[in-house]
Amino acid sequence: MKVMTMAEMAMTGESPEILFWVGCAGSFDQRAQKITKAFASILDKVGMRYAILGKEEACTGDPARRAGNEFLFQMMAYQNIQVLNGYGIKKIVTTCPHCFNTLKNEYPELGGNYEVIHHTTLLQQLIDEGRIQLKEGGAFKGKKISFHDSCYLGRANNIYEAPRKVLEALDAELVEMKRCRSKGLCCGAGGAQMFKEDEPGNQRINIERADEALATGAGFIAAACPFCNTMMTDGVKNREKENEVAVLDVAELVAQSME
Amino acid sequence: MQYLQQILFVALAAVSVWLFARKAGQIRRNILLGKEEALNDQPALRWRNLLLLALGQKKMFSNPLVAVMHFVIYAGFIIINLEVLEIVLDGILGKHRLFAEPLGELYNWLINAFEFLAVGVILVCIVFLSRRNIIKLKRFISKDLNGWPRSDANYILITEIVLMSLFLTMNATDLVLQERGDSHYPATGSFYFSGLLSPIFSGFSDGTLIAIERTCWWLHIAGIFAFLNYLPYSKHLHIMLAFPNAYYARLESPGKMKNMPSVQNEVLYAMQPELAPTDAAPPARFGAKDVFDLSWKNLLDAYSCTECGRCSAACPANTTGKLLSPRKIMMATRDRLEEVGRNIDANQSFQDDGKSLLHDYISVEELRACTTCNACVEECPVSISPLEIITELRRSLIMEESNAPQEWNGMFSNTENNFAPWKFSPEERDQWAIQ
Repeated sequence: MKVMTMAEMAMTGESPEILFWVGCAGSFDQRAQKITKAFASILDKVGMRYAILGKEEACTGDPARRAGNEFLFQMMAYQNIQVLNGYGIKKIVTTCPHCFNTLKNEYPELGGNYEVIHHTTLLQQLIDEGRIQLKEGGAFKGKKISFHDSCYLGRANNIYEAPRKVLEALDAELVEMKRCRSKGLCCGAGGAQMFKEDEPGNQRINIERADEALATGAGFIAAACPFCNTMMTDGVKNREKENEVAVLDVAELVAQSME
Repeated sequence: MQYLQQILFVALAAVSVWLFARKAGQIRRNILLGKEEALNDQPALRWRNLLLLALGQKKMFSNPLVAVMHFVIYAGFIIINLEVLEIVLDGILGKHRLFAEPLGELYNWLINAFEFLAVGVILVCIVFLSRRNIIKLKRFISKDLNGWPRSDANYILITEIVLMSLFLTMNATDLVLQERGDSHYPATGSFYFSGLLSPIFSGFSDGTLIAIERTCWWLHIAGIFAFLNYLPYSKHLHIMLAFPNAYYARLESPGKMKNMPSVQNEVLYAMQPELAPTDAAPPARFGAKDVFDLSWKNLLDAYSCTECGRCSAACPANTTGKLLSPRKIMMATRDRLEEVGRNIDANQSFQDDGKSLLHDYISVEELRACTTCNACVEECPVSISPLEIITELRRSLIMEESNAPQEWNGMFSNTENNFAPWKFSPEERDQWAIQ
């Protein structure tokens, strides 16, 4: 897969339609890399001119900030905003709701003003515009899919419909969990929990959420966040259901259904 | 005798209003101990929030049955205050049913409506008492409420039942006295519920009836004055503070954490020393260790909390058995703030008591369990953000005390050195595209 970096584009004086902010999970986590590739392949197929920052991208600082380390967050933000502004970036798409929230809501008052969209919103737009052509009777036609709302997409940014519309476009049967949309239960990864052990309790949050997802009887759990994906996958494995139930990102579902 | 009653009434009213005003002043002072924060932009949107969230109780309606019941108590209390206005004027002027003659038919209609509301309030209070004490809903039997808070909730419901019963009994005896043509009790005609009760009193002598009517009248109004002064010590203060709290609710995306311009500048000056002013004073404190370090809105939040526990019932940490309870965060903040207030009352200004909100009231383990998922913020019917207090306290833990779990320290150093929270080389960031 050939993906242009901003540095390469700048050398030839080109500018992309959109910057794909890959994020740390999407760049390094083996499972999330597949989501990154699926999304990049969709952008390729629809002929979108996009670029990544590549080695110049750095953590947005979301986990550091939420853990309480404002210094580290401000350092990361300063560095990223310098790079983004240096390239004159106008529009950013990202597959990570945490990066999305930070870039969209927290960078502007630090001097980073961009149009930031989450990949599920972009996918919905591309489907609506007819740029994404889905196979007739695709792999998920009539299949039960349950969508797990990411906190940083849903409650934090009020995006509930875009991912669901994408799933409906796959002719899948969307089944909701007991707690969904604004009442959706967290996967347990946010607030830098991803990077530490749970506090003492009587249940892990991701297992509680996986149980809710499994209770829908859906064969596919759709996520829109690499961290939710990890947590839900672990939860499903913990219940030994990984052979019956797949946890996939919305981008992966779309990529597998495209002409 | 009549004048004595009037004087007594005016004195009682004056004392209770004065006591309430004094306590309200202390609460206002306590809230303003918090840090300044401008929350008065976009007034149109703020008024809209006040009308929808506070007056219209929009969030309560996610459970329509409970919302309607809650609305009955609320409307009952607000609307019956019109009746209290008459009672107060009657008390001052020594008249009885002052509004009966000028309002005519409307008066009967109004009092009848009040009676329906009063009965509604009694029924709902019984349902709410049983939800707490018989059905034992999970969020009401939580250990958060052990001790005073649980009694507080029951006292409020019982008081409301008593006040409404007094109101109905008063009307019932009044009706019997009217029918006997007592000159002090002008004929108003029968009201529905007191009409049903009045046969109970038909065999009583005039003197007994007047005694019962007067006793109910006095207990009713004295009860209201007492309740007014109970409010500031109770979770029930939300009936007042829900309004300003909705108005001053933060309007930005709930995903956005409050910026720390002091740290932003410090980083900027480290990167671009030429921008640094020569006289830049370092910030006094990072994050919040005590109530003084929180925003005044966080403190208003604490006084507005009615301990309903919807936040904790939705909290992923709390429902999976972790120590964190967003409701308890709010209760702890109010308790600490009240303690600070008492300290100021006793010493003119705050004298260090060796305690702080962090550690003494809210533990590290609680703070560590939060996933910042915003479920508590989303749930709160009165626009409280427990999350903001949690993140402010976390900032103090990390930046003042360097108090982080080992894994977080690893995450910090990876982020700083490798630009990702995991230990990967930044050189490999785009490897996914090549593989």
